[in-house]
Amino acid sequence: MPALVVFVLFFALVTVMGFLASRWRRAGDAAHLDEWGLGGRSFGTWVTWFLLGGDLYTAYTFVAVPAAVYATGAAGFFAVPYTIIAYPLVFLFLPRLWSVSRVHGYVTPADFVRGRYGSRPLSLVVALTGILATMPYIALQLVGIQAVLDVLGLGGGENANWFVKDLPLFLAFGVLAAYTYSSGLRAPALIAFVKDALVYIVIIVAVIYIPIRLGGYGHIFDTVGQKFGASGGKASLTVPDNAQWTYATLGLGSAMALFMYPHSVTGVLASKSRKTVRRNMAIMPAYSLMLGLLALLGFMALAAGVGKGVKGYNAQLSVPQLFADMFPDWFTGVAFAAIGIGALVPAAIMSIAAANLFTRNVYKEWFKPAATPADETRIAKLVSLLVKVGALVFVLGMDKQAAINLQLLGGLWILQTFVAIVGGLFTRWFHHWALFAGWAAGMVYGTWKAYGIASPKTKHFGGNAAEIPGIGEIGYIGLTAFALNLVVAVALTLVLRAVKAPDGPDETKPSDYSAEAGDDELKNAPEPVAAH
Amino acid sequence: MPSDRPLDEDVMPEPAGKPVPAVTPERVLAGLALLVPIVAMLWVSSYDKKDPAVAGMPFFYWYQLLWVPVSAVFTVAAYLLITRDEKARAAAAKGGAR
Repeated sequence: MPALVVFVLFFALVTVMGFLASRWRRAGDAAHLDEWGLGGRSFGTWVTWFLLGGDLYTAYTFVAVPAAVYATGAAGFFAVPYTIIAYPLVFLFLPRLWSVSRVHGYVTPADFVRGRYGSRPLSLVVALTGILATMPYIALQLVGIQAVLDVLGLGGGENANWFVKDLPLFLAFGVLAAYTYSSGLRAPALIAFVKDALVYIVIIVAVIYIPIRLGGYGHIFDTVGQKFGASGGKASLTVPDNAQWTYATLGLGSAMALFMYPHSVTGVLASKSRKTVRRNMAIMPAYSLMLGLLALLGFMALAAGVGKGVKGYNAQLSVPQLFADMFPDWFTGVAFAAIGIGALVPAAIMSIAAANLFTRNVYKEWFKPAATPADETRIAKLVSLLVKVGALVFVLGMDKQAAINLQLLGGLWILQTFVAIVGGLFTRWFHHWALFAGWAAGMVYGTWKAYGIASPKTKHFGGNAAEIPGIGEIGYIGLTAFALNLVVAVALTLVLRAVKAPDGPDETKPSDYSAEAGDDELKNAPEPVAAH
Repeated sequence: MPSDRPLDEDVMPEPAGKPVPAVTPERVLAGLALLVPIVAMLWVSSYDKKDPAVAGMPFFYWYQLLWVPVSAVFTVAAYLLITRDEKARAAAAKGGAR
């Protein structure tokens, strides 16, 4: 019981914070979408660090990464090289995205594509890809909360009727929806402080305390090695030689996809200067270290015998169960609160990002060009509610496996916007028709390949790696699709340039991409910086 | 390479409007600093082994965990180099506007 009390207390705390957040660092024009959807573009280095950490390292990550290690061993550890590669990689282009977005008032990546290439269809598909990739991700945050609630014994077990079973989930999401609606991006930014602090405390305690109870790291790895050896399955303590390509391409592809996700871009654009963005790329690895330690918890769960002898044990419950088995009851409550709140922060930011995309790039662009900033904010708030209801229906109405499959696909899909966005940040050489064709080729190829992969749990979309044509190794489908995307875009651009196909207008100029807060370029920016 | 830009630092202020080339030593070094962790992590066969273990943890795991702080050091280096480069560019641009 203490676990439940602690859990509920933390939830109550962040709920209060969520509503109070609307008064935090409030600026002049509350009706502007920059305010609700980007927190007034005012966050400094530390707020951004907490916000991005809260945003990128989600509850699902906390559950799924150690679950992958629990189930597959070394192969599941790819999350670590993935996050190591990500920050040096995005260091190259995120500052440019921040600058051009600040100069032109872009709120979403699709806004940038619209401005850079003057192409409405290209902007639309970038926006829709973003929404499509984000929706299942929000749904998976619910799966993270559900895993915790399951282990806590809330919801009355398998036989309870669906309403009682899912009531805690309804409550959590209802509250989340309400404060996101009223406070916008400020709510998750403020709650992220609590979330990240809790997560750090829990992980540090876990990686010291649990190994002591289990007889040290040496013993843990020995036990796991024996178990993997005895099971004769695919799991092992190092990556099998024929899976090294998979390991590397998953790391690289995921790293490239990470900052294509709309919620990541939202976190970046909310920062107040170009310098803030760069500094964060240097300090974000603190979270990666935590993620790596967290992954090791999968081994600890194995060594501790969690799920031993249970047929078809759900690996996603392994770490919550490990906490419940190992920690004193009250600290289990803290750990579960960390996971639960860890679901709320990204779910809020994702729904805001999806709402921004819909409002700016679908509603305003295609249905109501005359929408005022106040209209935009009103619509975005409503859409953020709809998106969350949609995610809830998705998780409750559909198979959980479908959400997991779709999230895997989402990573593959969002990676197909890389050429248009990152390419556009450096050059205007690509023709927008070619980019569109490249995107389509990547989407179709990737989805088709993923469809053909079966796993014990699902007939289709059961994995994310397949043979790379021409190389013969097994690699991440998303990255192969990206390569195809790039080749198509380059080849068609050459053709289109040769036949002098008409090009769209480019509203940006070279100096926009290096503009810093306080520069002349920003004097005529659509919305002045909030006064702080 | 001091010889590439003779006496620039000695002449105060810099000659007005002198453009900074697109490729500077700072930019090249920053690019390399960013490339090192990426290459290190993609070269899976270099670390895909159990020995030597440290405190019972196989090489595969502690090596990658170690790269997390090391990559941060490289990114900080890139940050410092780029900041220096941008300052020089800003100064040159200002000189040009005068």
